[in-house]
This record gives sequence, C-alpha cells and structure tokens, in this order.
Amino acid sequence: MSPLAQLLEAALFAASRPLAVEELMTLDPQAGEVAVRAGLDELRAAYATAGHGVELVEIALGWQFLTRPEHAAAIEGAQFALRPRRLSPAALETLAIIAYRQPVGRVEVDEIRGVDAGAVIDKLIERGLVEVVSRGEGLGRPLLYATTPQFLEILGLKDLDELPRLEELSVALRPPAAPA
Amino acid sequence: MTTLPPPPSAVDQAGFVVELEQFSGPLDLLLHLIREDELDITDLPIAKIADQFLGVIGDLGLSQAADYLEMAARLLRIKAQTLLPRRPGDDEWEDPRAELVRRLLEYQQVRELVDWLADAAASRAERFARGFMPEARPVPPAPLVIELNELLAAAERVIALIPEPVLHRVVPRPLDVEGATERIQALLGEREECSWLDVVGEGASVVDVLSVFIALLELAKRGALKLRQDGPFAPIVIRREPPRAAA
Repeated sequence: MSPLAQLLEAALFAASRPLAVEELMTLDPQAGEVAVRAGLDELRAAYATAGHGVELVEIALGWQFLTRPEHAAAIEGAQFALRPRRLSPAALETLAIIAYRQPVGRVEVDEIRGVDAGAVIDKLIERGLVEVVSRGEGLGRPLLYATTPQFLEILGLKDLDELPRLEELSVALRPPAAPA
Repeated sequence: MTTLPPPPSAVDQAGFVVELEQFSGPLDLLLHLIREDELDITDLPIAKIADQFLGVIGDLGLSQAADYLEMAARLLRIKAQTLLPRRPGDDEWEDPRAELVRRLLEYQQVRELVDWLADAAASRAERFARGFMPEARPVPPAPLVIELNELLAAAERVIALIPEPVLHRVVPRPLDVEGATERIQALLGEREECSWLDVVGEGASVVDVLSVFIALLELAKRGALKLRQDGPFAPIVIRREPPRAAA
C-alpha cells in the first residue's frame, strides 16, 4: 500500500467515529482531496481483496472501519460488543418523517402520525439522532428539527440521498381499481 | 396482525397505551383494518370502517387515548356527511373522505419508510465499529490541571456570581414608649384624670397597647401619676401626681 493509504489506515484505526474526507486531508498538508480519495479507495480495496474481518465503509458523511456482518453473533456472544437497542416503531415513524421533511416542526410530525410525537422527539434528541436546527415562521416560531450524522450512522447510510426516494414507494395499499 | 416488532420497552410516553397494543396510533389501526379486509383505500367504505374502528378501540380498551377518540369522531362525521343527499351534477361537492384518504396514504408511505429504516438499522447493527458502545456514554472529563491561583480566581468569579440571598427581613416593630409617654403627659397636662381608653384610643394595635402600658408603669414609678383600677377588668383611671392646679 502507498504511504498515504497506510497513514489513512492508521488514522481510521485510531478514531472511534467516521472521519470525513475533509478531516482526513488534515493528516498530510501535501495530499489534496483527490489523493485522499484515491488512498481511501486503495485502502478499501486492500481490505476487500485480502480477506479481512473488518472492512472500510463509507458511512455518515465519512469513512470508518466496521466489522464484517458474519462475525457479529460471535462478537456479541463473547460480549466484546453489543448490538444497539432497536428503535421502537413510534421512534422510527418519527425519524422517517423528520428525515424526509427536515427541517420540520412538531405539529407536522404529529399530524402525519396522528398522535402526539413530543415525547418521542425528545427521546430522539437525547439519543443524538435528531436536533433542533432553527425556528420556523408562524405562531410561536416553532422549533424545527432535523436528523444528525448519528442518524446516518445507526442506519449505515453515507448521506440522506441514500434514503429511498418517495417515488419508489408503493403508495396505495393495492393498485387503485381501474376506472369502470 | 401486522408484523410489527414488539416495542423494546415502553420508553415513549406518547403513545404509551398505543405501543402496548401494537399500534402506533389511530392511523396505524385504520391501515391495519383496511389491510385485513383488503379494502380499497381510495374508495373507503366509511360506514363499515367506522364501525370496525369503534369496535376495536372498545375491545382494546383504547378509549382513554384522545388520539383514538378524535379519529373515531372524525370517522363518524365523515360517515354522516356521506349519508347526506346531494344534488346530481353538483360540482361543488367534495368527497368527505378525501382528506382522510390523503392522510392514510401519507401515513402508509411513512410505514413503508419505517420498514426500510428498520431493515437498514438491523443490517448496520450487524457491524461493529471501533470503540463501539451500546449506549452513547458521556466522555469522562480529562484530568484537571490547574494552578492554585487560577483555582482561587475561578472560585472568586463563582462567588461573585452568587446572588445576594433574598431573605425576608423580620423587623421587630419597636415599642414607641417615648411617644406614649408624651401622649400621656400631654393629656394629663390638660386634665387631672383620664382613662385608659383616652390614651390608647379605639382599635389600638398590640404594640400600641404595650407601649402605653409600659409608659404608664414607668411614669407611675417616677411618681408622675397614679394608676387606679377599682376591680378586675374595671376601667383603669390615670391620675396626675402630684395634683396641681389646672392652668
């Protein structure tokens, strides 16, 4: 591997969070973005081809080493790490709405879910998945919420563009009956 | 029943009742009923679905949940509206179900996204990162390195910020013995004899009564006056001493 790829490997190993390309560029002032991206590709390919238990993954607007899925059960069995707690359906509904409508106020979330979402939103903020980004116009200047990089991380997404597009969803329960 | 995973715990206060019943809200319940009967969501048999909805919230004991009651009321109103006769060819007429159908479709979209998100989270959960922690724990603060002077300065700054405690000051109202003495002497300057009520007046406060009483005792001790009371609770008579001719 090239010296830059080795440097990137060391940095990504040392960090316990995804590192963005912009952050990685500070490792070596000589290396520009193109070189860093090439180094990351080289590193990813090296891990992918040589047969490793970890792989380099693009996640949450950055890069991170993750263990391969086939080892999860054994690692958890030995209690070296635990799978994260699953999110409740209410939390996922709220996350879905905020992810697609952000920045969005609580009233809109309530309206779409048909229930009061206040407590769920507070819980999501506590878990660092949602944050207040601004205040909206209108009565009381409501707080507007958006998802955080942590949200992308727990879903294993590179960025919000990886969420399915609404057009791809099957909207109706079953295809509307053909007009008679 | 849908294949919703059971909630891990009732952490969410909102929809608490609802979570226990495996529905995350009235829209979820409605969608479930529609799916179960394979109804066409865009041509909803509102009377049927309203009756079913009311039946289910009765059976599940969800009648406490305001969100469900609101939906029940909405369904009944739509049902009533669809029963109203309408003139043929009335262009103004709008399907009373339209708003509900729109919301149901929107909510259905959300449910689809929820499935997608749950799948994504489940596959992500199969991969551990370095330093993975099951719950985000606060990072312990770095060891504190500080000079004594800095510490003292900081302490002073903190102390300066402590507001003056707001205390209710209990000010003992001083007895006005001097004032009472003057009043008694003035009265006795005019006449030889006066009564207790002449001195204290009507509606005197406890402090006034005490002041006058102490003043009287003091004057009596000095021999400036004599006090007489003919019996228990009888009026107190105050007499100037030694008697001198009225001016």
